[in-house]
Amino acid sequence: MTAIRVLVGTRKGAFILSSDGKRKKWKVDGPHFAGWEIYHLKGSPADPDRIYASQSSSWFGQIIQRSDDGGRTWSQPGEDEAVSKAAETGMPQGKSNMFVYDTSRETGKPLTTHQWYDGTQHPWEFARVWHLEPSLGDPDTCYAGVEDAALFRTTDGGRTWQELAGLRGHESGPNWAPGAGGMCLHTIVLDPENEQRIFCAISAAGTFRSEDGGKSWKPINQGLHSEYIPDPTAEVGHCVHRIAIHPKNPDTLFMQKHWDVMRSDDGGDSWREVSGNLPSDFGFPIAVHPHEPETIYVVPIESDSLHYPPEGKLRVYRSRTGGEDWEALTEGLPQEHCYVNVLRDAMATDEADPGGVYFGTTGGQVYASNDSGDHWQAIVRDLPAVLSVEVQTIR
Amino acid sequence: MIRVVLPFHLQTLARAEREVELDVEGPATPRAVIDALEARYPMLKGTIREHVTHRRRPKVRFYADGRDITHDSPDDELPEAVASGREPFMIIGAISGG
Repeated sequence: MTAIRVLVGTRKGAFILSSDGKRKKWKVDGPHFAGWEIYHLKGSPADPDRIYASQSSSWFGQIIQRSDDGGRTWSQPGEDEAVSKAAETGMPQGKSNMFVYDTSRETGKPLTTHQWYDGTQHPWEFARVWHLEPSLGDPDTCYAGVEDAALFRTTDGGRTWQELAGLRGHESGPNWAPGAGGMCLHTIVLDPENEQRIFCAISAAGTFRSEDGGKSWKPINQGLHSEYIPDPTAEVGHCVHRIAIHPKNPDTLFMQKHWDVMRSDDGGDSWREVSGNLPSDFGFPIAVHPHEPETIYVVPIESDSLHYPPEGKLRVYRSRTGGEDWEALTEGLPQEHCYVNVLRDAMATDEADPGGVYFGTTGGQVYASNDSGDHWQAIVRDLPAVLSVEVQTIR
Repeated sequence: MIRVVLPFHLQTLARAEREVELDVEGPATPRAVIDALEARYPMLKGTIREHVTHRRRPKVRFYADGRDITHDSPDDELPEAVASGREPFMIIGAISGG
């Protein structure tokens, strides 16, 4: 019997929505970490009961939480062990919240600067973890994408985090700039066929690829065109909002950029636009159907200045041809007076049959479709603003 | 014994009451109090001050015996009323939007 667990991060806590394979009746559990911003939580593909969560506040900083029982109980990794060690030595040992840029000579890179909003150079400063990407095979290994943009990894279940400094130390770093939400590494995609290959995306720098497990990185932004930067076809500086792949076809990447929906069929070496007949090609999330590698979903947003759906109609657009030809999916979604946004990490799919699609809005609704997007229902309507949605399919 | 009042979100994080009591060795300074607080509650490390630099986080403020000591040196001795446990050392999240 298949069960579905939807992990929802919001401005004021985390919620876990669960259902059986029919996905009609839902149980809502939460808030967990009430009052804190939960940018992202995601389960391990290797052990669905292992979930990592990024809890943060602009007052008290970054906290990493972990559950080993499917989200029923949570703790900071190593917390109990840390308390006992602290008692013995009188020194605090808890390190699960420490995200310190690696500036060591052996493995690190010097702390450099990046471009600030006004074009001046600004030092790298850690703010928060935007995205957690658990390893496909090892529950104790997880990647973290942070602001200011860098990639971290834990191999001990979140007790300690080490920076993969080759990315932050990339020579193009001084040309990276923050998007409106900060200079964040928000997308991490692991290649299921090649564990050495990792993709990540940064606002506003672009997309990067590593072929050596995260040690070295190459910008892969050829074909991107961004009118809002001094050189519209520059190697870096593009505001990529999200990338997605289908696990059976990892050389094909789909991208929702600040403007433009793009695809690459050569692992990111080159990109072409597939916005086609979308009412707007501005948006944040992009998702791929679990069983159909050429079926993709976006949520068009009016513009970079107007972060709400065109015409006040909340429409998911689906392409069954990998882009260019899009159809509006509206059944069950508000078609008047709707001015919510759907953020980059707030759309996900399940692996049930038929495939399910989910997204959360800044108005606190979480919508689900159990038939590939043809029909939608609101699982909940009044959560705090939704920052992220992830789905676990448990068999 | 020094009494420390924690803001709501740090109470939940530390699974502690609003007010905790700490033994502080040597002169009672803000640095010594936070050292002792982090030793007792390691999960608070990084929430009041930065992990490595030990700089106070920008939206955290300190009060002692009714006085705002946020911008005083972390090595200044706390007032006798706080050092003796008569009054608490208060850690407060700054008022800053919702």
